[in-house]
Amino acid sequence: MTDDTDAAAAGWFAGIEAGDTEAVDRAIRTGSTTEPADWPRLAVEHGFVDREDEYYSRLQEATIQSARREARAREQADDKQLLHAVRAMDDADRTANELAERLSEWAGTLFDETGTGVDGARKLATRSAETPLEAQVISLAERVDELAGEGESLRQFINRQAPIVAPNLTEMAGPVLAARLIALAGGLEQLAKKPSGTVQVLGAEDALFAHLAGRGSSPKHGIIYTHEYVSGTRPEDRGSAARAFAGKLSIAARIDHYSGERKPEIHDEIKSRMSTIRARAETDEVETQ
Amino acid sequence: MTELPVGVDRREFDGKQRLATRGQPVYGEPTDGEWRLWDAGRSKLGAMLESGMDIELSDVDSVLYLGAASGTTVSHVADFAGPTYAVEFAPRPVRDLVDVAESRPNLFPLLKDARKPSSYAHIVESDLDLLVQDVATRGQASVAVDNAQFLADDGLLCLAVKARSEDVTADPETVFEHVREELVDAYQIVDSQRLEPFHDDHLGIVARKR
Repeated sequence: MTDDTDAAAAGWFAGIEAGDTEAVDRAIRTGSTTEPADWPRLAVEHGFVDREDEYYSRLQEATIQSARREARAREQADDKQLLHAVRAMDDADRTANELAERLSEWAGTLFDETGTGVDGARKLATRSAETPLEAQVISLAERVDELAGEGESLRQFINRQAPIVAPNLTEMAGPVLAARLIALAGGLEQLAKKPSGTVQVLGAEDALFAHLAGRGSSPKHGIIYTHEYVSGTRPEDRGSAARAFAGKLSIAARIDHYSGERKPEIHDEIKSRMSTIRARAETDEVETQ
Repeated sequence: MTELPVGVDRREFDGKQRLATRGQPVYGEPTDGEWRLWDAGRSKLGAMLESGMDIELSDVDSVLYLGAASGTTVSHVADFAGPTYAVEFAPRPVRDLVDVAESRPNLFPLLKDARKPSSYAHIVESDLDLLVQDVATRGQASVAVDNAQFLADDGLLCLAVKARSEDVTADPETVFEHVREELVDAYQIVDSQRLEPFHDDHLGIVARKR
């Protein structure tokens, strides 16, 4: 009997008061135990319900409510929030850098050793002021430090949120590049509907329109250049790398938008495609030897 | 051909004998009276039954279904089985799965990761008769082995292995061979068969828990 009491304590219904839907929801969503048991029998024996059919109807109520709530919560982590977050992160980083430059110029007139950039501002912010003028400069340094910290916290938010919004795109591109692509396209749906040739040059609009107007060659890559797949490939193969990568990114965005399920095979496909492209460099080396 | 479980029958649709179950239609499938068509092209388990695999489903009552997606196949399972636990990890399909569950009092939708059985062991009961698995993830054999704890002794596993989920570059037969070897830890394989023409590069495996 003691064994059974212990066993029942591991069930989702353990310690639930009648009508406490919040507690039920929590137990379904976050509960866990090492092994299953005959829950319907234990629930009856421990007075959670009178009969097994009643157990099943309570269980269905609980699982439906909880699955619906969790699905909604995970879907509300939507692409538009990610779009704002990545733009805010860029603004915070850029502004912090600009202010840090202004600060190092100003601080150089007051103190002997002032570092440059955000790091310099952080060091400056720890000093104690001896005059009202110094207080003014140090206060500005504190602002820069905080602003850079805000950028960092936005980056962490993107790292958490991007895999929920677009699991395949994030696995392939990394959270920040995934968020940037979504932001440049104006949303995950818009990104999913773009041809891969457009995805390839997203972020290189100036170069693209210059080319269309008859000036310069067509751009080989836009923001996807920040990914190692493109930037880490030798210049003569970067066009192929960017085209292959953009193709798989569009497929990933379409899967994320239309199905939302993780598809492991496309990630293997891009890996094998990239190693084929990079093998060309090795072949060329061998031939010239 | 093996005996179909009670509640599954072959009915005539468009001049052909096809599988059907009785229940509320869920995805616009053709119906014949109260019977609704179970399309083998949209369901791995349907394809396994249709290909005449050796599946002894006639006394199946309780079921754990891993990789329920939008609930297409699991709706048919819940039509003929008793308590049916449906696990799916992606939020979008779960929305549809919940709608399917609402018209079936014996279907319990769970938004959980099939690779982490401890996150639903406090809900899914032990001694189940049938485990159906159709998850597109790497390590499909180890998911089946880890979830064997929910099955009764001699409980039945119906597993659809997707070769491309394990390794796109490898030959499907090599992948299937690895899966068979790994399953032996917890199961005895009764039958295995490719699911063409219904599903490309898929292997259906029927096994009993050791």
